[in-house]
Amino acid sequence: MNGHRLGIDVGGTNTDAVILDEADAPIAKTKTPTTEDISSGILDALDEVLRQADISGDDLEYVMLGTTHATNAIAERKGLNDVGVFRIGSPATRSIKPLLEWPNDLADAIGDDIAILDGGHEFDGRELNSIDESEIREQVRAFDHVDSFAVTSVFSPVREDHEERIAEIVHEELDDDIPVSLSHEIGSVGLLERENATALNAALTSVAAEAAQAFIDAMDERSIDAQLYFGQNDGTLMSVEYALDYPIFTVASGPSNSVRGAAYLSGIENGIIVDVGGTTTDVGALTDGFPRESSVAVEIGEVKTNFRMPDLIALGIGGGSHINIGPEGKVTVGPESVGYRLTEEARCFDGSTLTATDVEVAASDLDIGDTNPTVERDTVQKAREYIRTEVERAVDQMKTSPEPVPVVVVGGGSILIPTDLDGASKVYKPDHYEVANAVGVAIAQVSGEVDRIYSLDDQGRDTAMDDAKAEAKSRAVEAGADEDTVEVFDIQEVPLSYLPGNAVRIKVKAAGQLDR
Amino acid sequence: MTEQITLDNLDDFATGATVLGTGGGGDPYIGTLMARQAIKEHGPVKLLDPQNVPADALVVPSAMLGAPTVMIEKLPRGSESTDAFEALEVYMGQDAYATMSIEAGGLNSTVPIAVAAELELPLVDADGMGRAFPEVQMVTMTMGGISATPMSIADEKGNSVFLETQDNQWAEQFARTTSIEMGGSCMIATYAHTGAELREHAILNSMSLAREIGETIRTAKENSADPVEELLKLTDGFELFEGKILDVERRTEGGFAVGEATIDGIQSYEGRLLQLDFQNENLVARDSKHGIVASVPDLITVLDAETGDPITTEGLQYGHRVRVVGIPCAEQWRTDAGLELVGPRYFDYDIEYKPIENLQS
Repeated sequence: MNGHRLGIDVGGTNTDAVILDEADAPIAKTKTPTTEDISSGILDALDEVLRQADISGDDLEYVMLGTTHATNAIAERKGLNDVGVFRIGSPATRSIKPLLEWPNDLADAIGDDIAILDGGHEFDGRELNSIDESEIREQVRAFDHVDSFAVTSVFSPVREDHEERIAEIVHEELDDDIPVSLSHEIGSVGLLERENATALNAALTSVAAEAAQAFIDAMDERSIDAQLYFGQNDGTLMSVEYALDYPIFTVASGPSNSVRGAAYLSGIENGIIVDVGGTTTDVGALTDGFPRESSVAVEIGEVKTNFRMPDLIALGIGGGSHINIGPEGKVTVGPESVGYRLTEEARCFDGSTLTATDVEVAASDLDIGDTNPTVERDTVQKAREYIRTEVERAVDQMKTSPEPVPVVVVGGGSILIPTDLDGASKVYKPDHYEVANAVGVAIAQVSGEVDRIYSLDDQGRDTAMDDAKAEAKSRAVEAGADEDTVEVFDIQEVPLSYLPGNAVRIKVKAAGQLDR
Repeated sequence: MTEQITLDNLDDFATGATVLGTGGGGDPYIGTLMARQAIKEHGPVKLLDPQNVPADALVVPSAMLGAPTVMIEKLPRGSESTDAFEALEVYMGQDAYATMSIEAGGLNSTVPIAVAAELELPLVDADGMGRAFPEVQMVTMTMGGISATPMSIADEKGNSVFLETQDNQWAEQFARTTSIEMGGSCMIATYAHTGAELREHAILNSMSLAREIGETIRTAKENSADPVEELLKLTDGFELFEGKILDVERRTEGGFAVGEATIDGIQSYEGRLLQLDFQNENLVARDSKHGIVASVPDLITVLDAETGDPITTEGLQYGHRVRVVGIPCAEQWRTDAGLELVGPRYFDYDIEYKPIENLQS
């Protein structure tokens, strides 16, 4: 086997693919339209890059897939499972019911099978209430029509046994294969946010299975026997089996992949990333080669979760954005876009819609499309000014100091961004910028994470910290990382106010290179 | 017209409570959701003008006590507050006329709204702090000689504990220990007092102030006005600083989340640093050029520079662009007795309290 890597990014508009050689240098790339049936789009892209690189499928050691299927399923409330939502914590927690703050259409999409059952733990691991097995069995049978279960027990990040027991009972009562999402594997302390994330995860298992199967089928079709991975929210990788169980961890992988890819292609470790797609532009920050994470609770489909997600500003500007000419010649760009129909509807492709791409084609000698559209000089100037102002404002918001910083522009619509942005020390448009997403997922590391409450009076801070680090590292190795390259890349420590015993919550993330 | 707390204006109360929480007091989000569910089930809560409480009527404040991190995980059952409340009524041999918040800032601003809805009692438009403080005895009622006890403490399991103590400091100590045994959080009914005592010793109209603060920030955003400017106009406050957070250091001391945030000045504050000391709540703000610009008991609150949304100390994070504002505290706190209870020296700062308006002139 020859250590090549294939990175594929299935977006709403395009499927991008890239092949990296043994030294992780890009040697082939393509952008093809995303197809309704996912695997044929993957196959088209795969065949094209194999041809360009002049290698066979046997030369691929690793194949990584970045996908927005889960994100779109939540946004469009499509293909979601009926979920049996169990909260284990009664008699506590009844003052706020599960899913109380969910938008009605999303709550309806996963059904109304919700129960609060006896059980749960205290912060120090004592039992809050014991579980009542016969009550659980009865409730599981009452929910026998659901597609999957979400189980959230009070303080399960400290003690997971009640959640584990519920999963066993579900499998005993119903079917060994029914997916059961357990909250301690998904979120951290903060019951409602963790419960929301767990319910969303359970809602997504069918969509994830479909995407994973398409991915596996495409590889089988070409007899490729590589290890398969999915990109996840923090810019690291997970195995396909893991992605089937935890699809919620893929929902923000797109922006993370483009930030990581931009860092890799440009060699810039700290700066601002501007990722220009067909419909939107994401502006994110790069800190030591990783996406800066948001400090506030992140909403997915208008539901609060306690995930840490990339800190992003999304602008409604992309290559397919409509150019709107208002009264008195006022020009704005987007948010409506022709999206994937750019090659039919844009003027430069003989269509009838004036898009942001047309403005650039008209203003410079870019060789895009079939014709060079005529656009009034005044419109060009105003549209460019509009884009510049919007992007400069977003860059300024993302910066952490007034000094100019490097700005890396990637994505298919990069031509829209001027190279003399205010606030930028330099604007980089690295080679292969248009497939930065696919590069980002192809170079990603595998990671492990731990989030636990320790009583420092029992063991001292160093012992607690060592325990957390060791656990995070062993989880990374379990996920496929080479033990020698695993390093801790994030530590967070939150003292738990008011509690004696010097209780502290420690979160550690570790990541390493794939074994090669 | 009588003011009502409804599903529509509840979020304004919550925003205002976070501003008055001065970085601490627990996240009002949980209290707001409890109030939302309780209002859905029992209907809106009447916000009672303190002037309309009969002189001999009994007002029984309610609160949640414990660690904020436990409160966001082990949510209340809902009935423990009514258990605590009703136990106290039986003990005192008198029915309560209304409940009240002892703390207009943070979580305990919105929790009593849920209690009021459950009990179908009105909520008095007043509190005992006008902001948030970490301990039970830190209320203006203590200065008025009103006892925190008899206090009843209840958990979700159906346990309840009654306290009778020598003074309010002892009440704090026993209540705190009990809360740990109860799993880190519990509900209390405390500081029972009459309508006459209410008007003399409590901080009046603080709940409607919280609602006005929330409304001001929300409408300023809707009208593209500057939410911080509008907030300062409403509260006679001062902008202390604007900048980006450079560093946040946190540790636990005596059960408190203690730390300092350093903010690097931008705009008219460029070239200066602001050091913000907190012990659950923000306590002292030091400008590298002007020295102390505000201290407890005056209110120091950090807001998002763009949206004006208040930020708790747990949410302070590197790179965040913020504006820091100072708001004068209730007059009661500026007396000798008030400063002894909640002045800088109580929190181990060897500094003389100066009212924020004097520091600003």
